[in-house]
Amino acid sequence: MAKIEQILEKYGSDPAEIQEILLDVQEEEGYLSQDSLRLLSEKLSLPLSKLYHMATFYEALSLKPLGRYQFQVCTGTACHVRGASRVLDELNTELKINPGEVTPDLNFGLKTVNCVGACALGPVVVVEGKYYGNMSALKVKDLLKHYAKLAKAEQKN
Amino acid sequence: MGRLKTMAELEKLQAEILKKRNPETSCVTVCLGTGCQAYNSRAVYDAFVKEINTRNLTEKIHLKGTGCHGFCEQGPVVVIFPSEIFYRRVKPEDVPRIITDTVLGGKLIDELLYQDPVSGQKYSRESEIPFYRHQRRSLLGQNMLIDPGDIDDYIALGGYQNFAKALSKMTPEEVIEEVKKANLRGRGGAGFPAGVKWETTSNAPGDKKYVIVNADEGDPGAYMDRSLLEGNPHLILEGLAIGAYAIGADEGYVYVRQEYPLAVKNLSVALQQAEKYGLLGENILGSGFNFKVHIKRGAGAFVSGESSALVSAIEGRVGEPRPKHINTAVKGLRDRPTNLNNVETWANVPLIIAEGAESYKQIGSANNSGTKIFSLVGKVNNSGLVEVPMGITLREIIYDIGGGIPGGKKFKAVQTGGPSGGCIPATYIDTPVDFDHLTELGSMMGSGGMIVMDEDTCMVDVARYFMQFLKEESCGKCTACREGTKRMYAILEGITRGEGSEKDIELLEDLAWGATNASLCALGATAANPVLSTLKYFRDEYEAHIKDKKCPAKVCKALIKYTIDQTICNGCGRCQKLCPENAITGELKSPMTIDTERCVRCGICYDACRYGAINIT
Repeated sequence: MAKIEQILEKYGSDPAEIQEILLDVQEEEGYLSQDSLRLLSEKLSLPLSKLYHMATFYEALSLKPLGRYQFQVCTGTACHVRGASRVLDELNTELKINPGEVTPDLNFGLKTVNCVGACALGPVVVVEGKYYGNMSALKVKDLLKHYAKLAKAEQKN
Repeated sequence: MGRLKTMAELEKLQAEILKKRNPETSCVTVCLGTGCQAYNSRAVYDAFVKEINTRNLTEKIHLKGTGCHGFCEQGPVVVIFPSEIFYRRVKPEDVPRIITDTVLGGKLIDELLYQDPVSGQKYSRESEIPFYRHQRRSLLGQNMLIDPGDIDDYIALGGYQNFAKALSKMTPEEVIEEVKKANLRGRGGAGFPAGVKWETTSNAPGDKKYVIVNADEGDPGAYMDRSLLEGNPHLILEGLAIGAYAIGADEGYVYVRQEYPLAVKNLSVALQQAEKYGLLGENILGSGFNFKVHIKRGAGAFVSGESSALVSAIEGRVGEPRPKHINTAVKGLRDRPTNLNNVETWANVPLIIAEGAESYKQIGSANNSGTKIFSLVGKVNNSGLVEVPMGITLREIIYDIGGGIPGGKKFKAVQTGGPSGGCIPATYIDTPVDFDHLTELGSMMGSGGMIVMDEDTCMVDVARYFMQFLKEESCGKCTACREGTKRMYAILEGITRGEGSEKDIELLEDLAWGATNASLCALGATAANPVLSTLKYFRDEYEAHIKDKKCPAKVCKALIKYTIDQTICNGCGRCQKLCPENAITGELKSPMTIDTERCVRCGICYDACRYGAINIT
């Protein structure tokens, strides 16, 4: 909650800055919890319903925790014509989750993104700011293996 | 140098910067645009830092990280000045050799030169490469000379002097007149004359006015604005400042989509540096003109790029469109006159002031002056950002610049205008590309996304794809859009699954009429364009899906079959091992078979087979 106070201070607790505030809270906490939204509603004198309206309207805001590793599959037009849907389908099959969902162990999340602007590498999957280009359904297995190893190592520590 | 207090001091600063820079000193530039960074150009840059420091060459070699060069297919791109040698697909391991052989030794490294895939010819200079030779890079060309983190680079090129010229030598009305005469049409997609919008805003009653840069670039496949903002943020700030002066606004906003963190960062740095020099803020260059700029981030909604929705988002409301009985130019942000233009529109303004309207109009076609930046992507050899004079033909863009279709496949169509646009089939390849011609053909210029499609692209699937996008991005206010996109999508999805029926096309056209005529904003009003234009030019594909339950392009999973050619398959077993559904049976060393019931058409076997033994029918 101290972080939220800091964020509020950064924007002068101005309710007109709500979009920026929500983006900062999302970045800080990984999602928008009910507690955070209630606090913001109180401090900014904004109806909770309005905050939920924004949180559910915008793709960048999430009411549920994100996965430790988010697989963002670009489904922009260029990537689509180069076969992005096959990459998405394969991730869907292997992770057993749909876009917008997170695996039960919270290790992996799947999301679609509309154009990351790296069309020359399409199809593209972005994980933690790292771009994996020229993806295919075939390459998905290796990608998942790599991150499963990382997730396991982290859990050990 | 601290705050500049007069125009003369700005000119003096430029002279001082140029004096300190010896054009003969070697300068290595590494592209750090998002596209090249996706190819790991940051590691290439770091390798140069290390090599130059280790070998004590910091006095002899200047290193610069620049913005996007546009030839994204060939990244990471490194250009060495003063000779302008262009190296592509550079790896960190190449760096020591580049320093020794090229920078110090003046020799070319053959393997790093660009080679034309058709003629086989190699080129050493960026300007000679056919991809660049056919372009006219009035806006993007500066990217390779500028480190976006250093305002002095922009000033060295004469930056902000067009703003100074407007402030000192022109009245606001004269600036508006110049932009009107130049016929600068909005580059965000609609092509509305910017000068007319400026004039409306300027004439609207009220002392408080705003100017806004729409950097929400939501069309999937389009990233022109991103590269301008990342690579040359001051160009947009200068254009915006000139506009603010002309319109009488003292405050401006840049609304950037949050999916562009590097653009947000570079813009913030640019803003701070411009303020430090007094090029933004109070009493700019002693002129008495005040102008402050704020940056706001989008949060991932396509519809928020619509002007009234964007204004709502800045006000702290949800970014949904609102009725525009009164134009935003008259009543916009906080009910004040507000002029909103696209990034690329603002980027053209300094050029118009520099050259004058008459000279600016020499480039382009009648009623469509200037250049346009396109993101040429999809099934094309040279994927990247291209800047061309309006009126150039599609053929020149796709073949002379784009290098044609990979794998020798047949060009089928090009999609322009994003989800609001339409496709233009191969028969129209000699069409001049400008606002008016594209609209005539049933598409539109749009923001500049140009998606190339070949014989392996299913046009029904393309329509389905865009409708899915719009269905998800619809804010939901208007029934005709909310329900219309949902139902049109369901019909298109059904057709691609082989569940289409004869009356589907008529129903699609009916729903299209509803969305077009009863939607509040352009999202709904143009939602039907992709489906209507694919129906117009590729009706035969729809009929094949509906009547014959076939997908001629072999894309729609429910309508295709994967089989193994028994005469080619040698039983290596690779596909069998990789098949996620265990649908491939057979003994090693003898031809295998795919169980079509179990097969989910993922395509893994097709990608994995080294012998071309897998057929899709």
